Amino acid sequence: MTRPVLQVTGLTKIYGQGEATVHALRGVSAVVHRGDYVAIMGSSGSGKSTLMNILGALDIPTSGRYLLDGVDVSRLSDGQLALARNRLIGFIFQSFNLIPRTSAVANVELPLAYAGVRPGQRRRRAMEALDVVGLAGRADHEPNQLSGGQQQRVAVARALVTEPALLLADEPTGNLDSKSTDDVLQVFDDLSTAGRTIVIITHEDEVGARAKRLIRLVDGSIVTDQRQSPIHLPPVGAAIAHQSVADAGGHIRARRPDAGPAPVHTVGGRHPQ
Amino acid sequence: MNFFEVVRFSLRGLSANKLRSALTMLGILIGVAAVILLVAVGNGSAQAISDRIEALGTNTITVMSTGRGGSSSTALTKEMADALTDPELAPDVRSVSPVVSASSATMTYEGSDHAVATFVGTTPSWFSASTTPVGRGAAFSDDDVDQGRRVVVVGQTVAEELFPGVDPIDKQVTVGGALFTIVGVLAEKSSTGFNDANDTAVAPLTAVQQVLTGYGALTSIIVEAASPEKVDAAQSEVSTILDQKLDVDASSGSTPYRIQNASSLLETQTETADTFTTLLGAVAAISLLVGGIGITNIMLVTVTERTREIGIRKALGAPRRLILTQFLIEASLLSVLGGALGVAAALIGSQFEIVGVKPVIVPSSIGYAVGVSIAIGLFFGGLPAARAARLRPIDALRYE
Ligand SMILES: Nc1ncnc2c1ncn2[C@@H]1O[C@H](COP(=O)(O)OP(=O)(O)OP(=O)(O)O)[C@@H](O)[C@H]1O
Ligand SMILES: [Mg+2]
Repeated sequence: MTRPVLQVTGLTKIYGQGEATVHALRGVSAVVHRGDYVAIMGSSGSGKSTLMNILGALDIPTSGRYLLDGVDVSRLSDGQLALARNRLIGFIFQSFNLIPRTSAVANVELPLAYAGVRPGQRRRRAMEALDVVGLAGRADHEPNQLSGGQQQRVAVARALVTEPALLLADEPTGNLDSKSTDDVLQVFDDLSTAGRTIVIITHEDEVGARAKRLIRLVDGSIVTDQRQSPIHLPPVGAAIAHQSVADAGGHIRARRPDAGPAPVHTVGGRHPQ
Repeated sequence: MNFFEVVRFSLRGLSANKLRSALTMLGILIGVAAVILLVAVGNGSAQAISDRIEALGTNTITVMSTGRGGSSSTALTKEMADALTDPELAPDVRSVSPVVSASSATMTYEGSDHAVATFVGTTPSWFSASTTPVGRGAAFSDDDVDQGRRVVVVGQTVAEELFPGVDPIDKQVTVGGALFTIVGVLAEKSSTGFNDANDTAVAPLTAVQQVLTGYGALTSIIVEAASPEKVDAAQSEVSTILDQKLDVDASSGSTPYRIQNASSLLETQTETADTFTTLLGAVAAISLLVGGIGITNIMLVTVTERTREIGIRKALGAPRRLILTQFLIEASLLSVLGGALGVAAALIGSQFEIVGVKPVIVPSSIGYAVGVSIAIGLFFGGLPAARAARLRPIDALRYE
């Protein structure tokens, strides 16, 4: 097997000092290989977001090692970290984190702008990504003119628009109705089928069930880590989805499996534009 | 991402926060305009003073008796004045005008009378030496002085008081019981201080001595130097001759006369005006500082929101350098624009009289004010951004 996309060993995260100390992570070790589709579940406050932030290179652990694509993240410079966040990782925040007073499409364009994509192409790809989450009609709305679920879908579009090799999603369906949830999950399934690596946090069992692997977190430790379907096959949801896609007249937005293996970007590698 | 695109990002950032941008710009505008205008007012009043002093004549020297020191008589006499006209000993002297003046001589014309504030007896050279040209009619001549003819040139105020609506030339007036013929009217002169410079009358020295003052001492001698640069040379020549005439012991510090020239007067007045300008400049600098604090305040209020925004941008893959560039461009656009508007406001404001002074813009104050405002804008706009850009994305996102 090739080197893992994610490899964490003995991760701990301690917030605060003295009386107020919180052990958010107590020695988490896990390996995620390319093409895996991992769901992380656990009760509120179990450290899921904390772990995700570290995986997204947005935060640093108190102790432990984190290798992203085989590279120790703690050794990366600001410029290399920026490159990794931009080209390799698509991150969906639990709290959306859209830029205020900036239209949905401009928000989605932002990662492309930092990747150096030309304005015309940027706009086109941003509109496509918004279309995937069913928000093309709301492109010019600012975040405060969108509902919670719509904001969440803009955040999803923003994470997808760069076609990242690694998608980290912190409760991407937390604010969505079952129809929107299905749409977003189908996009994830398609991405997984295309060989991308996905880590998703969720509270919902049916969301967890569609992943290839399920990790349960309790009080900052992994209690179960079970494989639900083989890593090299499309996720279970994909088959169902394809059926429904065929029924609905084929509104396929993500890269199809028959389109061949998707380009996978590595840290420091050049995006093929 | 090229520079042009970063500029577009900055513009979008500014237009997304219109009120904040406008307030920041207003703060800079007021600070810059205040500095430039206040300094211009100070400068304008200084120029007004020096203009007035220059109107007195920059190449004249006035010799007055102090009545102390010296071994013999301390009075200035006509002989001394004549001695000063000496191409050998005083080559830098162009003309010498002995002056006697009588205060409050009453002038009467057909029953109406007027007390002339200063009635001057002198020679024709006085008109040019004291930069008091004749407006209408003519001055009297050297011959008039020699003959002691009773002719007089009156100031505007006298002409208006005694001859309302009538041409005063060739009219006869009575002064001190003697008849004088008016031959001319002085050109209007701007007044320094409280004395009305136009309430005056000028007649030949001999006539005034005969009628009003008697043949005693001169009030003063007005010496005109060959050029403004020769004033100092002329002054030392004059004092050498006078010391000789008055038997002044060269070693004793005090002389029986006092020499004054316009340029020394100008110097002391300019110093006063400079102090005034410095004071105004200090007030203006304080207003610029207050404007700067205003900017800082606005920047700090929005720092929470902007820090979160920077956190998002970093999470999406913006390198620190790019974020810094964007925020520095935002800050400099605000301060450059605010500064330019401030300069425009000051230039417009300087077209009007402010507290009776016509402001005169000092070019260096523009550079100074704009420079400081840009520095303030960059510093206080850039500092929070620089700090936020250094944070880990998650810390920037959690910032409160
Ligand atoms: N910045 C922080 N400072 C102090 N404590 C924190 C901080 N962030 C998280 N914690 C604590 O760490 C623990 C784990 O938080 P985390 O956000 O990872 O939980 P979570 O599993 O994502 O919960 P949820 O499902 O509600 O999102 C919690 O007890 C929380 O109170
Ligand atoms: Mg969470």
